[in-house]
Amino acid sequence: MTGFAVLVLRDLRLVWRRPGDVAVVLAFFVVATTLFPLGIGPETNLLARLAAGVLWCAALFASLLSLDRLFASDYDDGVLDLLLLAPWPLELAALAKCAAHWIVTGLPLAVLAPLLGVAFGLDAKSLLVLAATLAVGTPTLSLIGGLAASLTLGARRGGALLALLALPLCIPTLIFGASAVETSVSGEGFGVHLAILTALALVSLATLPWAMAAALRQGGE
Amino acid sequence: MPDLHFLANPARFRRFSQRVLPALSFATVLALAVGLYMALVQAPPDYQQGQTVRIMFIHVPSAWLAMAGYGLLAVLGASLLVWRHPLAALMARATAPVGAVFAAVCLLTGSLWGRPMWGTYWVWDARLTSMLLLFFLYLGHIALSRAYDNSDRGDRAAAILALVGVINLPIIKFSVDWWNTLHQPASVMKLGGPSIHPTILVPLLWMAASLTLLFVLLVLLRTDTEIDRRRLELADLQA
Repeated sequence: MTGFAVLVLRDLRLVWRRPGDVAVVLAFFVVATTLFPLGIGPETNLLARLAAGVLWCAALFASLLSLDRLFASDYDDGVLDLLLLAPWPLELAALAKCAAHWIVTGLPLAVLAPLLGVAFGLDAKSLLVLAATLAVGTPTLSLIGGLAASLTLGARRGGALLALLALPLCIPTLIFGASAVETSVSGEGFGVHLAILTALALVSLATLPWAMAAALRQGGE
Repeated sequence: MPDLHFLANPARFRRFSQRVLPALSFATVLALAVGLYMALVQAPPDYQQGQTVRIMFIHVPSAWLAMAGYGLLAVLGASLLVWRHPLAALMARATAPVGAVFAAVCLLTGSLWGRPMWGTYWVWDARLTSMLLLFFLYLGHIALSRAYDNSDRGDRAAAILALVGVINLPIIKFSVDWWNTLHQPASVMKLGGPSIHPTILVPLLWMAASLTLLFVLLVLLRTDTEIDRRRLELADLQA
């Protein structure tokens, strides 16, 4: 377990030394959501209905943005080779990379989204639901994105390919995340959606590290 | 699967396919000709949908084959990763575009059928959306398997993607089902027998069988081509 913590802390320290990388992703999230009211028009009722979908889609794109460097920088400077050689499960190493990615993108997105939700006219309860769904849903996005990043390691046109692979797999998370907020806006219960979102996160947590490690082994050979 | 292992050797597969292909091509052409006659001439027009019901004879088998094709991709992916089956990679490369085309045919015919029946080419309905996502998964598989200079790496990455996709496919399907649905429920494969009249059901099953022959024929032909391509690459390397 200490190895896991060491890897997460190492990634966090790397990000801490260059905070601009995270700031750019969050700025993208803010700017992208700002475009929707400008494109659709400033009617408050319409915006409140669209808020869930817009904020969730923007969060999905933002978390994809930073993924192409998730394993690529380790691949370039040889750290990945050491992780492959280390007497330590590669599955845990992959999980640690995803955990660090979630801490620096998913968590800030979940904190930032309610602030933007206010601008879309969401009520107080729906803002909390939005933050909760993002907090529960973004780990799934980080894991799926991590799988796509490990599959496209060293590929031509890696970035666009990564999005093509990850986006269809992210659909269930998007559907249940956005519909939880929507049902909360229309005053119905959102518990089922939140429970399914949690289930998706747990299933991804239990399965995807293996797929990621397999992909990294193929890439490292 | 000890019976299939003798086909793992590409040269042996080649001898097998050379023997099978002529007969298979002949059977496919014959079956399709008979099937199209049954579907387009013999089958009665529907009392509600008129002649447009004939689109179904292409649409429904295409949907079945697109789904079965992804299942085949997953099986091939597993045999590549688990047994390092050398032919599985070549066959997966051959299968993915064929499956993608069947998914596209299913989407196109469905859209042409939807216009007179539902009054619109496209709705964001559960079945339509999940078939579209299956098409995207095929595109991802094709793009990933061809994205590397080292084709072995592409094959293995695509195999992992096929396995993850096949686990995720039912989840996508159910999430989309819950999200929105307008498409009619299954009427052929359900408990208590099919609810379609035999005059329609028989041509439908015949078309499904002949399009399956076409699918197998295309996959075998393309696998042969992949073996040739791989040999040319090796010859290039040795020269």
